[in-house]
Amino acid sequence: MALKHVNAVVVGAGAGGGVVAKELASAGLSVVLLERGKWATPFDDLKDDLRNQRTTVLGNAFGPEEDRNPRVFVDERGHEQVVKPSSGAYNNNAACVGGGTLSYGAMAWRFMEKDFRMRSTYGTVEGSTLDDWPISYQDLEPYYEKAEWEIGVSGDDSNNIFKAPRKRPLPMPPLPPNREYEILKPAAQRLGFHPFDIPMLRNSVPYNGRAACMRCRWCVGFACEVNAKNGTQNTAIPAALATGNCELRTECIVKEILTDEQGRVRGVAYFDSRPRLEEQTADLVVVSGSANESARLLLNSKSRMFPNGLGNRYDWVGRNLQGHAYTGAVGLFDFECYDDLGPGAGIAICDFSHGNKGLIGGGMLANEFIRLPYQFVRNWQPPGVPRWGLAHKQYVRQYYRRSIGVMGPVQEMPVFESRVEVDPQVKDYWGIPVARLSGHRHPNDQETAKLLSSKAQAWLKEAGAKTTWTFLPGLGLSGGQHQAGTCRMGDDPKTSVVDKFCRVHDLDNLYVVDGSVHVTNGGFNPVLTIMAIAYYASDNLVKSWRRS
Amino acid sequence: MAVAAATGTGLGCGAKTPWRFLTVDEARTLAALCDQIIPPDEDPGAAWAGVVNYIDRQLCGPLEELRGSYRAGIIAVEQSSRVLYGAAFADLKADQQTELMTQMEQGRAPAEAWKEIPSQRFFDLLVDHTMQGFYGDPRHGGNREGACWKMLGIPYPPIRGRLHFDVNNK
Repeated sequence: MALKHVNAVVVGAGAGGGVVAKELASAGLSVVLLERGKWATPFDDLKDDLRNQRTTVLGNAFGPEEDRNPRVFVDERGHEQVVKPSSGAYNNNAACVGGGTLSYGAMAWRFMEKDFRMRSTYGTVEGSTLDDWPISYQDLEPYYEKAEWEIGVSGDDSNNIFKAPRKRPLPMPPLPPNREYEILKPAAQRLGFHPFDIPMLRNSVPYNGRAACMRCRWCVGFACEVNAKNGTQNTAIPAALATGNCELRTECIVKEILTDEQGRVRGVAYFDSRPRLEEQTADLVVVSGSANESARLLLNSKSRMFPNGLGNRYDWVGRNLQGHAYTGAVGLFDFECYDDLGPGAGIAICDFSHGNKGLIGGGMLANEFIRLPYQFVRNWQPPGVPRWGLAHKQYVRQYYRRSIGVMGPVQEMPVFESRVEVDPQVKDYWGIPVARLSGHRHPNDQETAKLLSSKAQAWLKEAGAKTTWTFLPGLGLSGGQHQAGTCRMGDDPKTSVVDKFCRVHDLDNLYVVDGSVHVTNGGFNPVLTIMAIAYYASDNLVKSWRRS
Repeated sequence: MAVAAATGTGLGCGAKTPWRFLTVDEARTLAALCDQIIPPDEDPGAAWAGVVNYIDRQLCGPLEELRGSYRAGIIAVEQSSRVLYGAAFADLKADQQTELMTQMEQGRAPAEAWKEIPSQRFFDLLVDHTMQGFYGDPRHGGNREGACWKMLGIPYPPIRGRLHFDVNNK
């Protein structure tokens, strides 16, 4: 029995796909939303500090499934290995309903105006494809607002004098400060910084029919037990289903996008959970699988008219994979800093996001989310302290409650050689060629990191830290949970994959709506920008749908 | 006494070992190694906290690909111990144990023992897994009775909800 034809197939029920499904379904289009993961819940991680989205030593909690979804990773020396989702080299996001938004830390940043015009602001960068976006912050401003109110953001950025202008304040106030915040805030002010409350996709008061955050210590990397953390799985996707126009099919992995003899997309072929190969025809297809998987799907969708995959006439699909290089500092204190009040992160500065002499871009700095004991041991090893034995145990015992970390995401310079391809040999459980990742960061990223980490260190010292040290990123490939860039937005089809409305060049009815389209990735967690682009692209898609 | 404390209640496949994977001798060596990585002092050490139980359990689960590494590594530790000190590792004095482990960490341990697995690689696994077993959640076999939470002064049992916690009370 053939599946009923629909107006739209959306591939991937994450930050982008969830919003697109809701917008299209609300406008009256019939939508099938395909998600290769499951509808995960807090029962899938059960507050397990060794098996969650952030710490994967005993596996990852939110997909994709460990044995069926390999990738190939090529390191800087050209050495290849087949990697599983729980390994760092895999560059995983998540695979479940809501995608990364189920288990993220939920920082909700609007990019700054310069983030959309990096080349006009800073000039070209040798060895980088740094460029301007074909859209501006002003184009996205109304959609940032829509995301903040519909998905739900709390916080207070009124003291951030560097922020892009907003018309409407955030819908929810910030959570009351924790002890770290109160230690850091006056220190930042004494240094002349402009600290403010981080905007978060988290209920600080009851909102949208769900409870406020209960301030537990398991936030980033975990699903929320009281459903106070806002993702597309508890906002846009239920709203899409409630319209009656959207059907969500989980555990369905798309094999390829199907095209007809005229070069129009006609639907997708996918494996359902049995597994059985099905064909879903549609008037248009929206790809929202996240930067690695969306590029992989386009590259795997080969045909006579598109022998190198869809949107890939000029070899830009999969290129410019970027994420965020993290940098910062840790401070050890002789007084208590820990009050077990989650999520932990709460205060940030954007004083070094732009305008850093001799550098391009920068990044925000914020205090870190609560460190569970194993994370503390793993990540906060001070120079000069042995990493085992009595001295190490004494260090952990003394400083677990007397330490603060300040860190932030460096805005990376995109590198053309950092890329996603499809492997010529390795296939996944369903026989689909897997993603093959290779490349490296641009050396500028380390220079920017040096500056940012020195500011983080100065902040901690001013706050009273007796010992501080900095940590810098390496030069290996960057992607991971902030993955972006692989289907770049642009006006010129020779140097981009989608146009300013996220429509793939060369085709009438194929769209990519997720972090893949980011030209540059800001010095911020990218999810609110992904959601805003999803609202913006959906708005234009619906308008052009109604015209045709 | 470390050995008695480290003995778990596993589902061994015979009367010869209470462990799922390790032999009694392997568990004895492992307990001595782990107890130098996180020694007992005013707070429990790794062996009491069940780190050997953690390792044994995970070698039958997510870490099963490391079974060969553990077998080879423990044999190599025992071989090095005999070459250097003429005794089994668990019978050495504390400073002899830490000296051998330091040599392993720095790649200076007796070379003939470490052909199957580099000593630094095995040492890294030991440190990682000891830290996981001691500081991780008890459900995986270690952190017995929440020992590390008591040591670190984290509220125990774990708190959900803040109804009775006055966030404004300093």
